[in-house]
Amino acid sequence: MKAAVIVFPGSNCDRDMAVALRAAGADVTMVWHKDAALPAGVDLVAVPGGFSFGDYLRCGAIAAQSPISRAIVNHAGRGGYVLGVCNGFQVLTETRLLPGALIRNAGLRFVCRTVGLRVATTDSAFTAAYATGEVIRIPVAHHDGNYFADADTLARLEGDGRIAFTYKDNPNGAALDIAGVLSDNRRVLGMMPHPERAADPALGGSDGARLFAGLVGQFATT
Amino acid sequence: MTDPEITPELVAAHGLKPEEYDRILTIIGRAPTFTELGIFSAMWNEHCSYKSSKKWLRTLPTTGPQVICGPGENAGVVDIGDGQALVFKMESHNHPSYIEPYQGAATGVGGILRDVFTMGARPVAAMNALSFGAPSHPKTTHLLAGAVAGIGGYGNCFGVPTVGGELRFDSAYDGNCLVNAFAAGLAEADAIFYSAASGVGMPVVYLGAKTGRDGVGGATMASAEFDDTIEEKRPTVQVGDPFTEKRLMEATLELMQTGAVISIQDMGAAGLTCSAVEMGDKGGLGIRLDLDRVPVREAGMTAYEMMLSESQERMLMVLRPEKEAEAKAVFEKWDLDFAIVGETIPEDRFLIMHGNEARADLPLSQLASSAPEYDRPWVASAPPPALGPLPDIAPLEALRRLAGHPNHCSRAWVWEQYDTQVGADTLRPPGRGAGIVRVHGTGKALAFTSDVNPHYVAADPFEGGKQAVAEACRNLVAAGARPLAATDNLNFGNPEKPEIMGQLVMAIKGIGEACRALDFPIVSGNVSLYNETDGRAILPTPTIGGVGLIEAGRPLIGSAAREGDVAVLLGETLGHLGQSALLRDLFDRREGPPPPVDLAGEARAAALVLEHAGRIGACTDLSEGGLALGAFELALAGGVGVTLETEDLAMLFGEDQGRYLLAMEPDEAAALIAASDGLAQVVGRFGGDSIAFGEASEPLETMRAAFREGLTRQFG
Repeated sequence: MKAAVIVFPGSNCDRDMAVALRAAGADVTMVWHKDAALPAGVDLVAVPGGFSFGDYLRCGAIAAQSPISRAIVNHAGRGGYVLGVCNGFQVLTETRLLPGALIRNAGLRFVCRTVGLRVATTDSAFTAAYATGEVIRIPVAHHDGNYFADADTLARLEGDGRIAFTYKDNPNGAALDIAGVLSDNRRVLGMMPHPERAADPALGGSDGARLFAGLVGQFATT
Repeated sequence: MTDPEITPELVAAHGLKPEEYDRILTIIGRAPTFTELGIFSAMWNEHCSYKSSKKWLRTLPTTGPQVICGPGENAGVVDIGDGQALVFKMESHNHPSYIEPYQGAATGVGGILRDVFTMGARPVAAMNALSFGAPSHPKTTHLLAGAVAGIGGYGNCFGVPTVGGELRFDSAYDGNCLVNAFAAGLAEADAIFYSAASGVGMPVVYLGAKTGRDGVGGATMASAEFDDTIEEKRPTVQVGDPFTEKRLMEATLELMQTGAVISIQDMGAAGLTCSAVEMGDKGGLGIRLDLDRVPVREAGMTAYEMMLSESQERMLMVLRPEKEAEAKAVFEKWDLDFAIVGETIPEDRFLIMHGNEARADLPLSQLASSAPEYDRPWVASAPPPALGPLPDIAPLEALRRLAGHPNHCSRAWVWEQYDTQVGADTLRPPGRGAGIVRVHGTGKALAFTSDVNPHYVAADPFEGGKQAVAEACRNLVAAGARPLAATDNLNFGNPEKPEIMGQLVMAIKGIGEACRALDFPIVSGNVSLYNETDGRAILPTPTIGGVGLIEAGRPLIGSAAREGDVAVLLGETLGHLGQSALLRDLFDRREGPPPPVDLAGEARAAALVLEHAGRIGACTDLSEGGLALGAFELALAGGVGVTLETEDLAMLFGEDQGRYLLAMEPDEAAALIAASDGLAQVVGRFGGDSIAFGEASEPLETMRAAFREGLTRQFG
């Protein structure tokens, strides 16, 4: 699988994402946000965590205007896979690849801790390696992870099985305990928790490694 | 705009004493201009010149085979093998944090990160040591919440994991909080960048954010006591922009790769002034600056303001002229300012041009080296009141109340606001002794700790200084790390008072003695004096930031006991209750001498732990709260109970030094005890779901609840 990890000037989980993808067997290229095109033949675009442009405006709002963001939207439009983690999820909602928005945590404070996540659907390349209803442990680290969408959107997400993960103990006030959502074609996933921080047993857990292994594995068989 | 006339009042407002002003007149042979007065005040304040402490700082051990660069540069550098180096330092931002806690603490983090990456190192770990007033004091919630949010706001965005620190409360800090920030970074040992300029006619380049009026006079403010005019000082606090700092780091490290950098210095306290003078002085050169070329954020800034601005996220660099285009391209990639603002000159001169006029023309070397140095009078501290009788309290109740006390309870409320894992190399996050970060792509790991017990230092500065160093070493050893070196952040009151100066002198002597005995040199540091409000000083607080190395293939020692482990106590227990947490925090009794520190015993115990690291399941050093609190922490981390054989209050809560508590499988324990020459013994057993001292017991869950809610009950 060929993966591109996008680097905005304030990305700070870009290396961590590349390490986790490579460990799962992906061929990873780092792509600078000022580039207007993705490398040829990319299967997966990963938008990593961090503070893309300082997040002084809405998180991810300026990143959504970078040249590379147009290319990411086009890639998704062609049916390509996109994974956005934390700030990457915020960028994907700002580009409208995913519905809803991430607003300030209900507790108003930054929160960094390992949380329990319930796998709400296995019907996606990202979640196929898990079992439905399984609880996995993945760290969160964010100030604006409170998922918000209007009632119709929430009902549609729920009805279409597009909620990928929910929190066991909601750390940020997210609607319906949503930790991650899928696009309509189930090929774009945005999630606030950091699977790349739970991809190595030495770091206290490897539940996140299955997301990457499952994703890369699907490409190996097709 | 005409400059104000130089009057005795103006001189005093710059924090200069009349005799210091006379010294300026002697050096330059005329009255200074307004800009020159500002430059002198910036260079000669306590914060930049160390004029009260230098005589004593010189006595600290700063060398060793592991030391690549000791004090005097932006940060200290130690060898960690395989051609790699660790660059680290701790620095205070106390005064700004009390005036405006969010920005004060945030820019403290920004400043220390800049010190590290200026030397060519990518930051990999941060810590912070915080001291606040009594939890019930009306300002404490505001200061704590603001400082923690500021530290998180800056470090999280920049992208460095915060892996450790300290938090204490005492009414001595009601009027002056302490915010000490630590950062460490990794570099190639043969690619460390220093501040000494070289070569005549080399371009002096300004990098990073634009210059504004923020922080003008900040370093002078940080060298003064507070009184009721403190609100007027708010404009002297700088405003941080961690996103710019992140870009500045990436651009600086990228630039260093191109070979364009001759020397580099970050603009911290007294910004352009300090950085330019330091580069010139270390290189034996003069510097000419043309302020019309300095990127500014606002129009109409005077030379005085530009020279004293403490706008953040700026660097000064001497550039190889043939690399200019390449260097400029790197900064344009990261959308940062890059401007040639001057050059190195052969004569000993600091020449500041603005609007085609010389605003300052001073002998540069004298500006750097002729700062006054004082041998201030000092007296030994008065001994503390004698130790009274044993308090009347059941040991389990004492533990429950200590475990829930703001000084000893869970700090999760604080560190969950910090990103503790960015970089995906954090092997042990905060809350369990030393923080541990692996060296990316190698089998090595680094341990970080920050320690001091200011109550011990107040009661006996010499023993207290020794203890801070010994405890830092123990925390590293307890993680399986070999102590490498330390940074010291000395926070004290007004050194013009002989009793405060006495605390400083004796604490430095104690630190020096312990560092020599434990082969733990001080390679960087910072002094923060005048931490007083309305004449009342803080507790003497010499924070020791220690780093240790766990070599590839060496075992990491855990921090959680397992069911069936035996509790092994290493070191001698006499039941020393003088200055203990038990007496102070539960009975408000600050009595007796602090526990003495036997440095030879410390070294013996450390050697034993490291030699048997592979046998040890979990380990903690014993410090505040003694055996009882240490056993509780190992048990809680493992989610198991613990039974200790003793029910003697002094044996449980005494704070005798040189001790470790180990959780081990019985066979392994027997082997270690046999090899310990009588130093180690079994004192109890981990398992079950209650905490027991002798016959008395209480559910672990009750204790856990008290521990967990200690801060949230107070601060929400």
